[in-house]
Amino acid sequence: MNRLELTGLTTRPAQVWGGVRLVPLVREAPVEGLRLHREVYERLGAGIVELGDRTDYVSYIPHGLVADWSTGDPEVPRGGGQSAAYGTQLGGGGRDVPRTLRLPRPPLHRMAKRRPGDRLRFLPLHLALEGYLALHFGGPSTAWEEWSRRALRDGLSPRAEDAYLGWSVRGLGDALRIFEIHPDQCGVMVYVSDALAAAFVVPHPEDYRLLHASLVEDLYGDLVHQYALYGAPVAEFGARLGDAAHIRTLAELRAAARGQQRVWEEAHESLFARELLDSSYGFERVYRMGSFTLWRFLPPFVRDGSGQHIGETVTDHKGRVAYLKTFRLSDAQIRRGHLLHVLAGAEWELSRAAEVLGSSREELVRRIRAAGFAQLLKGNV
Amino acid sequence: MRTPENSADLVAAEDVLLFANAAITATGQREFGSGALDQRLSLDFLHAYIRVNYRHLYAASLALDINDHNAARIVLGLLWTAGEASAEERRTEGRLIAARLARLPPQRVYRLFGEVRRAGINNRRTRAIMRDWLAARPDPGHDAVKYRSGVKTAARHVHLRCPQGAGPLAEVGAFLFRPGKLPRYEHPLLDAWRRAHYEQGAVAELPFTVAEGFAARHGMKREVFLKRAAPRMTRLERLRTHAVAQRPDADLAAMPLTRLALYVLALPFEQRAARRTELTGALRAAARRAAGGHAGSWGRVHAVLDDSFSSSGSGQKRRRPLAVALACHHLLEVLAAPGAYRGLWTSGRGDALLVRPWGPTPLGMRVLDALEPGPGGVAPDRVVIVSDGWDNAPAGLAGEVLRVWRARLDPGRRTAVVHVNPVYDADGFDVRRLAAGVPTAGIRDAEDLPALVEIARFAEGRTGSAELHAYLDRRVALFLGERETEKDTEMETENETEKEAMS
Repeated sequence: MNRLELTGLTTRPAQVWGGVRLVPLVREAPVEGLRLHREVYERLGAGIVELGDRTDYVSYIPHGLVADWSTGDPEVPRGGGQSAAYGTQLGGGGRDVPRTLRLPRPPLHRMAKRRPGDRLRFLPLHLALEGYLALHFGGPSTAWEEWSRRALRDGLSPRAEDAYLGWSVRGLGDALRIFEIHPDQCGVMVYVSDALAAAFVVPHPEDYRLLHASLVEDLYGDLVHQYALYGAPVAEFGARLGDAAHIRTLAELRAAARGQQRVWEEAHESLFARELLDSSYGFERVYRMGSFTLWRFLPPFVRDGSGQHIGETVTDHKGRVAYLKTFRLSDAQIRRGHLLHVLAGAEWELSRAAEVLGSSREELVRRIRAAGFAQLLKGNV
Repeated sequence: MRTPENSADLVAAEDVLLFANAAITATGQREFGSGALDQRLSLDFLHAYIRVNYRHLYAASLALDINDHNAARIVLGLLWTAGEASAEERRTEGRLIAARLARLPPQRVYRLFGEVRRAGINNRRTRAIMRDWLAARPDPGHDAVKYRSGVKTAARHVHLRCPQGAGPLAEVGAFLFRPGKLPRYEHPLLDAWRRAHYEQGAVAELPFTVAEGFAARHGMKREVFLKRAAPRMTRLERLRTHAVAQRPDADLAAMPLTRLALYVLALPFEQRAARRTELTGALRAAARRAAGGHAGSWGRVHAVLDDSFSSSGSGQKRRRPLAVALACHHLLEVLAAPGAYRGLWTSGRGDALLVRPWGPTPLGMRVLDALEPGPGGVAPDRVVIVSDGWDNAPAGLAGEVLRVWRARLDPGRRTAVVHVNPVYDADGFDVRRLAAGVPTAGIRDAEDLPALVEIARFAEGRTGSAELHAYLDRRVALFLGERETEKDTEMETENETEKEAMS
């Protein structure tokens, strides 16, 4: 498969707060058989939730949710310290213990220790980011003389990217707090200054209610942070009934009002979410359980100004999306991905790669250095 | 029929209505969408603007049903800038201020006097107003115990003469300024305060707020203390400590409508369902009391009530918009002709008692439902929308529907549409409106609904601003007229001579 299929999800009118537009996605019927892991419900304070027939449902835990899974033995008291889920995971029922990462104790004086400029150095464990970071991680496949010894031995290691935490995106916290959740809502698309920042879909409305606030603890790219900081408030695309010369009865007025809802749905599909739904992605299967499959996907790294999104998704046997989480790459990250693609395609030979790009070899060398891969090249290139 | 007016009059009328809406709804507390600071800044600007430009109307608004927070601010503003008014204006303002102060709860008035002192407003007229109010208090000893710092500040400011020797004022003077001097007080409360320092029995004789401090000092258990202090507590204090003390339930028959709605909404669903008949009966009785003589006079009424997530208010005003909606639901049922009422909630639920703030605001579709004729094909006489105006499914649909309805489907204005809004929008300096042609009024207590609908009528633009001024003058006369009959004649003449001497 190479496209995201959001069938079963309808768009509802957006809610705007400042520069952030949140578009709710509503399901008529929740996806059968896939629910959030019970531990997450308990940990996030939602108490015991009746998850229905517990014998045959697949449970999932989104990456990074903090919980305490240190022991599965009821007699042993829960070990101290918190741990976070290592990557989005699928599991059966609710009894299995996920792979967890022990979190360091939060420092007491958080304000002083925070890095300047509100940036959070995030470990490359996010499933999707891992896919992005692992792009051509092996480095040069052929030992051309331009590549340094380090490149040949270690490849692109270490590879790290920076992202902003949702708290630093101005207006996002407020917009999420004010947002009124629809009764059947299972997902949301976040637009900052009308650029798609993240798409988030879950299989069941109760899961969504629990995870709605966690959007503010997610990663967002450079572009999103800048747009939020410097962007102006966006316009509300409200309903317009126009001249209404042809409306003579209440029933016609009602039909016109319903027509506005359809107008918004089409506009959203064709204008706003086009870059997400119309691109063809490179999917990589990570895990399969029952009838659900966990994938991560990478964009084609096209540099035409529209957003490139990476993400992870759980699809059912028909290929429809049950769980989705995306991350919008910043321009620098797109450039790096594009460069790596071109280099790998040309088998890491600089002159051939330069030909593909349509520029000279010196220009390519300059670009490699500018992208932050200076350690791959020998000093005299 | 509109008489031609110049634009200054129109602007003045609009500004007055804007201020009336703001003064009724805004309390400077955190709301759902904006913080407390934004609200206060917005109110500050509005008060200054109206005071400078329309001083006469600013003072006259004391006669309207504005909330206590804004009434105190208006009084402070008028006293602060008394130099800008003419002698005649000062006289009227003085009477309005005295009348309004008599209606404010005493703790607010003491706080206001404290602000007057801090602001350094120190002329004879202000001191005369404060002295009059203090003299009219029924029990200076009780005030001295319950509002000690307030009385002290006020006494200092007005140079209160506390004569030596026996007498209530002398004791109060000694109590406030030389507390340890007298070995015994004649006034029972002052003496109880003295004894409470070492005797636990005296603690129960004191007013509740004062007794709490002494109980903590003696280390009394909370439940024991609450049981003993029960006879001395006011109704609100009893409500506040109700959950803690597990005491029998509040007296539902005496609660005003909006407070009763807030109480109902604070109960969990199981309790509401279990006590359904009792609560519904109490709400209906309170609504009948509030409707008074208007009951049954409004014809066919359809209401749109907002129970979306934004009606949960904020931590400082919990569920207030939803309580106003619930209270209006019951009040409109009484005001409408029997059996001719339909109340529609935005979430689509039918049971008003189990309402909760949840879900989006599809105001547009719900307004369409409300405009449908009732059984028998009879169009509604009135459509009342109780909402904070944040229409978001989709945005602006309610305004568009009402615009098209007015323009094409009901140009003869057979149905009157009015929108009451319980939330003040700090950015817009007014409550949020749905559409330009829909009269909007701010609302804080549902009991004021009939009066507010009358004010909102002026905003529709069909009546001129001359009528608005006439209406305000009538309200002021009514307000002062009531006051005149209450006061003593000698106090009145004393006031007049004092003011005569100053002006």
